[in-house]
Amino acid sequence: MNEMIPPKSERSAALKGLGTSRKRVEDARFTQGKGNYIDDLKLPGMLFGDFVRSPYPHAYVKSINTDAAMAVPGVVAVLTAADLEPLGLHWMPTLAGDKQMVLADGKVLFQGQEVAFVVASDRYAAADAVELVEVDYEELPVLVDPFKAEIDGAPVLREDIADNLEGAHGARRHPNHIFTWEAGEKDQTEAAIGEAEVVAEEMVYYHRTHPCPLETCGAVASMDKVNGKLTLHGTFQAPHAVRTVASLISGIAEHNIRVISPDIGGGFGNKVGVYPGYVCSIVASIVTGKPVKWVEDRIENLTATAFARDYWMQGKISATKEGKITGLWCHTTADHGAFDACADPTKFPAGFMSICTGSYDIPTAYLCVDGIYTNKAPGGVAYRCSFRVTEAAYFIERMVEILAIKLNMDAAELRRINFIKKEQFPYQSALGWEYDSGDYHTAWDKALNAVDYTALRQEQAKGLEGFKAGKTRALMGIGLCHFTEIVGAGPVKNCDILGLGMFDSCEIRIHPTGSAIARLGTISQGQGHATTFAQILASEIGIPADDITLEEGDTDTAPYGLGTYGSRSTPVAGAATAMAGRKIRAKAQMIAAYLLEVHDDDVEWDVDRFAVKGAPERFKTMKEIAFASYNQAIPGIEPGLEAVSYYDPPNMTYPFGAYVCVLDINVDTGIADIRKFYALDDCGTRINPMIIEGQVHGGLTEALAIAMGQELAYDEMGNVKTGSLMDFFIPTSWETPNYVTDFTTTPSPHHPIGAKGVGESPNVGGVPAFSNAVHDAFRSFGLTQTHMPHDHWRIWKTANNLGLHD
Amino acid sequence: MIPAAFEYHRPDTVEGAVKIISDLGDEARVVAGGHSLIPMMKLRLTGLSHLVDLQGIGGLKGISVNGDTITIGAMVTQHELITSKDLASAAPIMSEAALQIADPQVRYMGTIGGNVANGDPGNDMPGLMQCLNASYTLVGPAGERTVSAREFYEAAYFTEREDDEILTSISFAATSGGFAYEKQKRKIGDYATAAAAVLITKDGGKCSAASIALTNLADTPIYCEAAVAALVGSNLSADDVGAAVKAAVDASDPSEDNRGPVEFKKHAAGVVIRCAIERAIERA
Repeated sequence: MNEMIPPKSERSAALKGLGTSRKRVEDARFTQGKGNYIDDLKLPGMLFGDFVRSPYPHAYVKSINTDAAMAVPGVVAVLTAADLEPLGLHWMPTLAGDKQMVLADGKVLFQGQEVAFVVASDRYAAADAVELVEVDYEELPVLVDPFKAEIDGAPVLREDIADNLEGAHGARRHPNHIFTWEAGEKDQTEAAIGEAEVVAEEMVYYHRTHPCPLETCGAVASMDKVNGKLTLHGTFQAPHAVRTVASLISGIAEHNIRVISPDIGGGFGNKVGVYPGYVCSIVASIVTGKPVKWVEDRIENLTATAFARDYWMQGKISATKEGKITGLWCHTTADHGAFDACADPTKFPAGFMSICTGSYDIPTAYLCVDGIYTNKAPGGVAYRCSFRVTEAAYFIERMVEILAIKLNMDAAELRRINFIKKEQFPYQSALGWEYDSGDYHTAWDKALNAVDYTALRQEQAKGLEGFKAGKTRALMGIGLCHFTEIVGAGPVKNCDILGLGMFDSCEIRIHPTGSAIARLGTISQGQGHATTFAQILASEIGIPADDITLEEGDTDTAPYGLGTYGSRSTPVAGAATAMAGRKIRAKAQMIAAYLLEVHDDDVEWDVDRFAVKGAPERFKTMKEIAFASYNQAIPGIEPGLEAVSYYDPPNMTYPFGAYVCVLDINVDTGIADIRKFYALDDCGTRINPMIIEGQVHGGLTEALAIAMGQELAYDEMGNVKTGSLMDFFIPTSWETPNYVTDFTTTPSPHHPIGAKGVGESPNVGGVPAFSNAVHDAFRSFGLTQTHMPHDHWRIWKTANNLGLHD
Repeated sequence: MIPAAFEYHRPDTVEGAVKIISDLGDEARVVAGGHSLIPMMKLRLTGLSHLVDLQGIGGLKGISVNGDTITIGAMVTQHELITSKDLASAAPIMSEAALQIADPQVRYMGTIGGNVANGDPGNDMPGLMQCLNASYTLVGPAGERTVSAREFYEAAYFTEREDDEILTSISFAATSGGFAYEKQKRKIGDYATAAAAVLITKDGGKCSAASIALTNLADTPIYCEAAVAALVGSNLSADDVGAAVKAAVDASDPSEDNRGPVEFKKHAAGVVIRCAIERAIERA
């Protein structure tokens, strides 16, 4: 080895590539308050829009009088459905194949629904005018409970489609019924359960909640009437999809629409949907010829933009006396609110709920989901999870615990004997998925050893004796969870949204001096793409991550992609990045060979350079190759060093993890004190361990919120009870426990770098871990199932129902 | 969350502030820290058109300990209550309670005067003031008067203060003996599910004096006379404490909200009150 060449390890470290805890390049601006969010955008002459919203959950709109509002100084326009109708924009298509009112068209269907859009020279004038729009409502009976949607005399919500017997996802059996979707083998599963030695059955409810990103939704639309171009800035998790949809519904040619997602302050699925505010700001800009900004406040965000969950999952699980699971059956009643605006791939109206066989080798299973309309806001987005995967994980992880109770078995052991074995991968699940890779037993044993599970159970038993003897009012709960996710949507052959295939993309340009810019079809909302995708590239093309600029979110410059949600960025765009990098390297190899005067096959890749095989002192670094690619005439090779890759993944990826939560419940106050949380994640190849740890901490904290208090609650009259952060639980550092993170690494066999995605795992796996811990604390008193969120009074109620206050 | 237009006034004397609110009547409200009033304005739930900011009145600041008497200006912030060395020795229950109000950012702005004068049953200071048997000084067009905290609260947001009066200061006697402010809440920043302020003095093994008041367990704070009677003169045995807890819970009258149903709140209140009494006894 030439002494002048630094060793491989040193050159590799200098790249800050895969596996490096590289500091986030985004944080310099965020920590200084210098991010550029939608509400930071100020365009010359910009107007402001604000909504008149319905106070009623269900009512006819008899008339709207805008005279007084128009008289407010500064008010430019007040748009109603009647104004949008000539443009065909009073309704818009939803991502789920339904349609949704942009502004109330004759009736309102949920509290907070958009009724009129006031446009004014400033926010204050707009808000003043909102108060002066006179709307004459005629109240209608309200439907809140999805189980009452199809009873005699139930109010018909969607009169516009009441007579349609066929919806976007097949037959509808009632005007308030949206779809029935089935997976698996019904007869076979029911037979297996019918003849089983042991059957456990429960209703598992995953309550309605909301992603509640720190930054609410907003947009600035700017129609340039001179060149006919519309620029739409907004809080979009999928800017290209927004451009295409905006073009299809507005009739503006797609090349005349530029969509820009600036910095986004958290999305968590809430910013996937298309909202009336976006449409109204576009129309208002077209009408006025000026830029129009619309930004929600917190109450509007919680009450009108997309909610998550609200699945009532009736489950049956069967097993042998020894605990081998023989079948799983589930019927879900899905409360979709007033319009079916779920954000799911078109062929999956219940998302990937059919991952509900979880980490277990279950021979037969059946899933049926009925979507129902109610007088609640539309949504049903994947709140930091791949489509309905969180619901599925909660369902199976509760059912396994319930089965353990029925079998009088330890829940950790029951899981162990049912896990899919390492040698069974790729594994074909009963509900139709091909799990790519996994090693569940190894992860499980590592987790149980790390927390000393045996000692915890001994301590719990001792504590229970003390409780029964009246020495303490605390009960210890141990919450277990082994989850399997399905992320990275997805293969275009079966994954599309509104017909848009769910591939993703990366375009790379190497500059002559050996630095680079890469653009992707995704958009970071806090994930740190500018940090991690540069790391993928650094390892692929031998250019330091610090020398690579990452750009996303401008549809005029970025290659087409389907955006960031469902943990799809690393599995899909990350793969595209690696593949584009490999194209760069392939060309670089030819250039290097030419410069070294050898055949292409006679050079080999060496971290950041190509060297002649057997003569490592003869090499060309990527920096040298980059310069030569532009500035040296090389026969048969075009100048330049650029590549683009569109990646259609061959399969989903299947991250998994083993979580353990230990808490102590005071049965009198209902307070649950979380003393330990251990999270082992296996997300395949790890790109940036520090970012993974941050993702896990954040996701676990959301899971804590959801399991322990966060809910979007409606009263029986259809009023939102938790429409502000006073009642909608967002944990602060004070409520957040310490987390211990750990990992195993089982690469995805089909992903170019073996990565699976991690952002959503902690929310998916965390919720069952927290909830199972609460249930476990009461197991010895006969509790099998109680509903989340486990806030103080509900825990107290559970204790009260079990006679613990007598 | 955009307020309607309003006129902003920033007088530099109490008299000036009183004049503005007596001239303008219902249309004007004084604002101290603003944590209750400003959100109401943003939600357009209040129709005021004149906001009278008390931040410019120097005479409303300051904590003084004069012998046994503590006087706190209405514009003293929760943060100042927590960091005052004088108060820490003269009435340590003040910082214990103030530390359980909201979060540091709110406590930098939130004032004791606003907290006690607003009449919000969720506020922590009114119950504590009843426990301390504090008196409030009110200044109006007719001059100054004092009202006992135990007489001040009539119903939620209804108090003895007349519309044209400003609460300027609070005074109470320095405490000795044991103290505790115990609060159950769902999260930082939340109002109490149940909270209790307790003072206990022991003399020769017996309880020589006690005071107990409750927060957010009715539409006003509750001074628990029967509970106090159960403790004073007793040996503070488990039975005595039990009797006091029962008396205090019986005096509570919570209503159902997102924190839970009445039955739960009363049960939790029992735990909170017992915890406060026991901690005060330990410290006595």
